[in-house]
Amino acid sequence: MTMTRRDMLKSSLAGAAGLALYDPLLARAVAPVPRAKSVIQIWMWGGPTHLDTFDPKPDAGYDYCGPYDKPIGTNVDGIQIGQALPKLAQQADKYSILRGMTHGVNGHETASYLVQTGHKSGDGMVYPSVGGVVSYFKGYRAGYEGLIPPYIVLTKPQGRFSEAGFLGTRYKPFATGGNPSRDPFVVEGVVAAGISRKRQEHRRKLLNELDTLGRQMKGNAAFAASDRSQAQAYDLILGDAGKVFDLTEEPDDVRARYGRHEFGQSCLLARRLVERGVPYVTINYRGWDTHKQHFQSMQRQLPQLDSGLATLFADLSERGLLDSTIVWWGGEFGRTPKIQWDPPWNGGRGHFGKAFSSVVGGGGFAGGQMLGATDEKGENVVERKIYPRDLIGSIYELLGIDPAATLPHPQGLNVKAMPEASDGQDAGRLYEIMKGARA
Amino acid sequence: MKLLRVLLVSTCLLVLGWGVSSANEIDRLVLQKLDADGLACAQRCSDAVFVRRVTLDMIGTLPRLGEVRTFLERENPRKRAQLIDKLFARDEFADYWAMKWCDILRVKAEFPSKLWPNAVQAYQRWLTDAIRENMPYDRFAHALLTTSGSNFRDPPVNFYRAVPERKPSAIATTVALTLMGQRADGWPAERLNGMGAFFARVGYKGTAEWKEEVVFFDLPRALKEGAPAGAVFPDGTVAALAADRDPREVFADWLIGPDNPYFARNIVNRIWTWLIGRGLIHEPDDIRPDNPASQPELLAWLEKELVAHNYDLRHIYRLILNSETYQRSCVPAEGAVGDPSGFSHYLVRRLEAEVLIDAINQVTGGTEEYKSEIPEPFTFIPRQHRAITLGDGSITSPFLDMFGRPPRDTGLESERNNEPTDTQRLHLLNSTHIQNKIQRGWALKALVKRAKWKPVPVINQLYLTILSRHPTEAERKAALAYADSGDLKRHEAFHDLAWALINSKEFLYRH
Repeated sequence: MTMTRRDMLKSSLAGAAGLALYDPLLARAVAPVPRAKSVIQIWMWGGPTHLDTFDPKPDAGYDYCGPYDKPIGTNVDGIQIGQALPKLAQQADKYSILRGMTHGVNGHETASYLVQTGHKSGDGMVYPSVGGVVSYFKGYRAGYEGLIPPYIVLTKPQGRFSEAGFLGTRYKPFATGGNPSRDPFVVEGVVAAGISRKRQEHRRKLLNELDTLGRQMKGNAAFAASDRSQAQAYDLILGDAGKVFDLTEEPDDVRARYGRHEFGQSCLLARRLVERGVPYVTINYRGWDTHKQHFQSMQRQLPQLDSGLATLFADLSERGLLDSTIVWWGGEFGRTPKIQWDPPWNGGRGHFGKAFSSVVGGGGFAGGQMLGATDEKGENVVERKIYPRDLIGSIYELLGIDPAATLPHPQGLNVKAMPEASDGQDAGRLYEIMKGARA
Repeated sequence: MKLLRVLLVSTCLLVLGWGVSSANEIDRLVLQKLDADGLACAQRCSDAVFVRRVTLDMIGTLPRLGEVRTFLERENPRKRAQLIDKLFARDEFADYWAMKWCDILRVKAEFPSKLWPNAVQAYQRWLTDAIRENMPYDRFAHALLTTSGSNFRDPPVNFYRAVPERKPSAIATTVALTLMGQRADGWPAERLNGMGAFFARVGYKGTAEWKEEVVFFDLPRALKEGAPAGAVFPDGTVAALAADRDPREVFADWLIGPDNPYFARNIVNRIWTWLIGRGLIHEPDDIRPDNPASQPELLAWLEKELVAHNYDLRHIYRLILNSETYQRSCVPAEGAVGDPSGFSHYLVRRLEAEVLIDAINQVTGGTEEYKSEIPEPFTFIPRQHRAITLGDGSITSPFLDMFGRPPRDTGLESERNNEPTDTQRLHLLNSTHIQNKIQRGWALKALVKRAKWKPVPVINQLYLTILSRHPTEAERKAALAYADSGDLKRHEAFHDLAWALINSKEFLYRH
């Protein structure tokens, strides 16, 4: 790469006319001013295909496109996306497509870690994920007071790596469990099935009555902390805050618009959570590791992705929340552009870390843009590479988190939220598509 | 004031006089300090508290109903000491302490220690066997430091594979932390490099077998390049290394020498921390000149005892567990409430994640799903397995993560987090995970069934099973009143009673 960062910024500035842009080099000297308040991360667990979603290659032939060779236009001139995403096509003005994503790692664990922490694995450190960092900088320590924990995962944790890294248990996400498309949506710890409110109150009384040791040890600091936690827990169980999880409060047509499936209702729930100020929500969307019979899976799943995500963009925008909410869609990598037709794959796509797509919108990210491009087969990034750290550093900036701010390390090491790359995987933050962060 | 002090101390001594287990040196030194500080010590704990406490502390397991009853009924004045001896022989003793060592040694199949599942199994088994057979601690450390061979067949070599980085200074940092209780990141560079030289000839190579790796003394390199230069022991003594002798052995021989100032101190202070809840030096893995022991004389005495007893760790366990200091109540005497480290009373601590879920499963008859999604192919653990027997830190368990199981990234004791959080509280109070165990666990089900006809014996049994003691009259009444309030079916009321006991501090904490 012979282009300097400044050159690249200049060229991309020229391409992104009409946006209120600022001189990013100047802005980097001072702590960024927050523009976004929350992040909704749609984690495409397993690695979603880029060719069949946001980077279609209709001219690459059947061995690359399979049945999806007729991409559709969007409400933004010049942007086409996969034909199975018609609703998202109507919202393209609200998000930007990052077609230049790359890191070259093809293992789930290592790529998941890299895409969600910005760091390659293996230097002996375990960095926190973006959600962990955001809950550190925007959670209780920073004055967040909601009863709902500041970092929520819908519905199961990822299990591939520790989201909190060296930040420790306190910054782990709260995983709801359950399935939001079922009524009632049983949220682990908050909404119990089959225990009436009255019984909750009664057994709380019983618990206090039988707290013999607690009474003997009045004044013990550990016990006092436990009592405070218990009071908080009951505020959430019996109070109004927990109602955020009650999707029956939403009109039927809204629920239907998002789609009456786990992903659609998770998107709706994510909207409700950010509406109440929760700074970070991850939707762990499983089922994208499509090694076998890929297209059958896509026929089932793309319509769900389409209704959930498109409605999320539209709904956030209609409610005036999109300006303060970053929506980040993507997985650990893309999938092999060339289709494996032979058994045992029978039309599958493998792991592909060399080139893939992510989508960002809201919270200061411009809509209706494309950043980066791949070659005619979607196999190499040929324009504007984007490494995970570039994207993550940009998210931090928009949230007002100084990428150079220090994280608390248990051994007192000086660790920055998003340190400079030591491996050359740094192509600069996404200033081309970031609206005036200092406005 | 002086009179009061004399009174306080004489009360403590009086208790000592009653205590049939030998009034040992620990108590003499601790009381001396308490006296000097004008602090009163708590009463001796009851038998019911003792049987629960010592079982949890020694084998990470809740005592069963029968064990509690037998212990409470026995009238032998030496029964506490006898129980301690019996617990050493339990399988869970080895399992539980192997778990602690796996934390410190960062035993994990994937990330950041990439030991790989087969090697994790071999390593954990070796650790468990060493503890079960009571391998002398000097031999144990020597084996960790000097073994060469395959990660699958010569398990201690995994010590060198579970380091954050495979360079001499990083290995030295790990050795210092693990076996000397020191954080070498704060050392001057020349001290670290001097120690690193002993690990400059550690070689690693793969074999034809998938993921097998051999750790060895790289003799060809040593012969070619000569002995590593600049080897200095951490105490400043310059070491003379010969090219053809494994420098790791030179270091290990120095470390386990009877006069070594770091070796015994580290382990006796750790054992003290594990059993008492706070180190004589706190944190136990942050030993440095400007972090002195609160009771240096006591620490020195324990070190001498260990060396004199040929590094028999159980001797140290015995000394501590049989002391009156260990056997004090957790309820502080008046005037000693704010004493976090004076050892005037037992320190309450929340049960570790693994111990807690095992205890919940034991009292309810529930089971747990443990699996590992890294690396592929996935590993599934049979449902009956107890959490303290899981060797691999990569195994997925939302419960264990929520309750502060250490990620095994650094080997620091503080990685384990027993602080209560709001999410933990929510989970125990109101999750389907716990509620299902209470409603469906076979043990509780069988017990609650009988509550229809015999509520009082069932209440007694619930208390003995869950809290290891009989209920007081007031508790029995409160429980009966709840059952008879008429709002709930009998079995529901008893589920709630079990729920309340499981959620009580008396269950959730060591006390």
